[in-house]
Amino acid sequence: MIRFAALFDALDRTTKTNAKVAALAEYFREAPEADRLWTIALLSGRRPKRAVTSTELRIWAAEAAGLPLWLVEEAYPVVGDLAETIALILPAAGQTSDRPLATWITDLIALTGQPAAARRSFILAAWDQLATAERFLFNKLITGGFRMGVSRGLMTRALAEATGIAESALAHRLMGDWSPQTTSYARLIAPDDPQADAAKPYPFALAAALEAEPGSLGQPGDWLAEWKWDGIRGQLIHRPGAFALWSRGEELITDRFPEFAPLADFLPMGTVIDGEVLAWHAAGDGAPQPFAALQKRIGRLNVSKKLLAEAPARMLAYDLLEDAGQDIRARPLAERRARLAAIIAALPGGMALALSPPVMADDWAGVATLRATARDRNAEGLMLKRLSSPYHLGRKRGDWWKWKLDPHTVDAVMIYAQAGSGRRATLYTDFTFAVRDGDDLVPFTKAYSGLTDAEFRQITDWVRRNTLERFGPVRRVPPELVFELAFEGIQASPRHKSGIALRFPRMIRWRRDKPVAEIDTLDTLRALLAGQRGFSTPAPPEDI
Amino acid sequence: MARDPVLIFTEKGIYCPDGDFFIDPWRPVARALITHGHSDHARPGHGSYLATAAAAPVIRHRLGDVAMDTIAYGEPRRIGGVTVSFHPAGHVPGSAQIRVERAGEVWVVSGDYKVQDDGLSEPFAPVPCHSFISECTFGLPVFHWQSNAAVMGQINRWWAANAAEGRVSVLGAYALGKAQRILTGIDASIGPVLTHGAVEATNAVLRAQGIRLPATTQVTAGVDAASHPGALVLAPPSALGSVWAARFGPAAQAFASGWMALRGVRRRRGLAQGFVLSDHADWDGLNAAIRATGAERVFVTHGYTSVFRRWLETQGYEAGIVATEYEGEGLDAPEAEVIAPPAAEPTT
Repeated sequence: MIRFAALFDALDRTTKTNAKVAALAEYFREAPEADRLWTIALLSGRRPKRAVTSTELRIWAAEAAGLPLWLVEEAYPVVGDLAETIALILPAAGQTSDRPLATWITDLIALTGQPAAARRSFILAAWDQLATAERFLFNKLITGGFRMGVSRGLMTRALAEATGIAESALAHRLMGDWSPQTTSYARLIAPDDPQADAAKPYPFALAAALEAEPGSLGQPGDWLAEWKWDGIRGQLIHRPGAFALWSRGEELITDRFPEFAPLADFLPMGTVIDGEVLAWHAAGDGAPQPFAALQKRIGRLNVSKKLLAEAPARMLAYDLLEDAGQDIRARPLAERRARLAAIIAALPGGMALALSPPVMADDWAGVATLRATARDRNAEGLMLKRLSSPYHLGRKRGDWWKWKLDPHTVDAVMIYAQAGSGRRATLYTDFTFAVRDGDDLVPFTKAYSGLTDAEFRQITDWVRRNTLERFGPVRRVPPELVFELAFEGIQASPRHKSGIALRFPRMIRWRRDKPVAEIDTLDTLRALLAGQRGFSTPAPPEDI
Repeated sequence: MARDPVLIFTEKGIYCPDGDFFIDPWRPVARALITHGHSDHARPGHGSYLATAAAAPVIRHRLGDVAMDTIAYGEPRRIGGVTVSFHPAGHVPGSAQIRVERAGEVWVVSGDYKVQDDGLSEPFAPVPCHSFISECTFGLPVFHWQSNAAVMGQINRWWAANAAEGRVSVLGAYALGKAQRILTGIDASIGPVLTHGAVEATNAVLRAQGIRLPATTQVTAGVDAASHPGALVLAPPSALGSVWAARFGPAAQAFASGWMALRGVRRRRGLAQGFVLSDHADWDGLNAAIRATGAERVFVTHGYTSVFRRWLETQGYEAGIVATEYEGEGLDAPEAEVIAPPAAEPTT
């Protein structure tokens, strides 16, 4: 754990990419292999199963520190991180230990299912042999949310530097459904064993947001324009011994979408397709439903017949990554699309897979006109992809652009404020907003982002001076500060008092010029909702 | 029958009716007793000032030619119906706790204090009293300071490592107190020490009153990374990341403050390095200081007042909150729990 804490410290103390990569590469060269493996796992979002709840941690920490629990809970929002709070309040360790990271994690995993007394005594003993920095990391292993300021791409680059294996090959090997309990460091970074890796997905190619005018991209004929669908990006794999659907978050979701199972009989062997999983209107013109409909499917491991009928899934295919068992990611997009179209055309009718249609226009102005209709199609805007481009590893600027619609906006007033966490601890950054409804103010959304640190500091100061009431960490404030909020979509939501729910709300401006009397009304939002095509959820309840 | 309290809490600050004076008032008053020279305690505009002889030069430097009377530590002075005396608070040179006695009943206003010996300030001395008004800037159990020597060792190692890489080290520290504490504690043989004008002005005042500090060079035109390679630059925290600091090129920057104990605060300031060094008492320090006064009644001010009051009540104290208009070192992350109107009187 000492070596791991030193790595964390080195990463935490720099914002420079090269310094981070160097620190990680050094670690990958010298740390024990089991520790390397777990570090790769943690930095790619794989963490050990939680053996202890955060409530238990708080209680045991308060006992060990001889403090009342309420005091620990008061300190937590100031620190902004439970793992750190506990590391700071505990008395100094009585012993030292140089047990490696992997050993600690193995022991933590073994704790699962043990009686509380056994888990408690293990945790207390651990705290008593770890210094503050190590204790913080140990707690983080339990509470999760392990962020070390290192993206997965950066970690892969460091691993490539340490091992001499090409970054693209490593990125592929780190994909999929592995865990340190099922593999070893050597096996993980070794060339693919085709038998073992039959279901392994490729790293997803990502697009950057287009900020310039599309005219700056050159001739429209060099580009493929297609709808940016609002669903789950997925990779469908059909190889000998494997039929798998992966989400972009590298979750295996094959069983949640039984609609795709028949494809195993018809897709040629050795096919990998990149596409968007959408909830589809069962009848009529064959159009996608809003994201909210798909959302109901995401969490369900077992799908009811009713839900299958209400929100059947379909994949709109964007790209072909593997054809007849050959990795064709380096081939130009135009060729990949042609092969993809051929595969789909050969499928029998009734399959839940179709080509995502290209958006055709003679010039950029025509493309822009079509883009303006995206919302009517339940799309977020357009994707522009250079026809000569390879299927890139991750996000590479220049060839793939997302050209999203401008968001909706609404002016609303802040009515509650709550402090943030992490680097925003002690700053009031999480606000609840209301719009007018007659003489009342109706809360309708929360938002956390979009302002500068300086603005958050000013607002924090204001919140402290203007608190009317406290509910735990939440403070009620007078409805005085007006903000312009942006959001991507609006859905009916019977669970909310306002009857609506927003998608990706954020603050875009603090409207100091705008009096509360001039904020938007609930009717404005209802009109926006009514203007949208194809509700997937019932109309708002009667009582509003 | 209950007697009138020796000190009461008004919108101008802490007031003693029997002596007709205020302690660290934030609005102009006729007569002010000042615990120390920081701007949230020594405000301009009062009719007369009383401070320790060691605190007076800085106050004059900041406020100009004010009507100032000085007093030695421990010297009793009769003011109206009470006797006052000043006692070392260990916060910065000249800082004091103010003791007010009326017919055997003793109240003490701590001002800002720390119990740790910083090697520069007159060490904190507990003053027995019945009622104690204590700051609690760091009144949460997550704050535990290391020894002065340990933190100075960290600063020395950081500075030496930067110097070895040919980089200047810019260290943010409050211009009065923290900067001189660091000057006193560091190993000046590592390299040249440069100072921001605000720090150097305080250095000059303290040197003139006989406090010995290592040699420093004020940053002026032509003083930069090239003229003083591997230097340590002491500057107010606001200078970190500023245009002023740009002259030192790709320098290492750090901030010395108790708030650096919190990773979130350090990251919010965008700092790679923070040194946990405070001129306020930490959790254990606050509790030890309060215990040492033997007081039964404690009022808390400056900091996590509502939490700390609740804690004191669980420890058997009668506790209240004094609202303040100004927050000192808490500016980055204070919880100025001034929510209710300042109902500072104890409820019993």
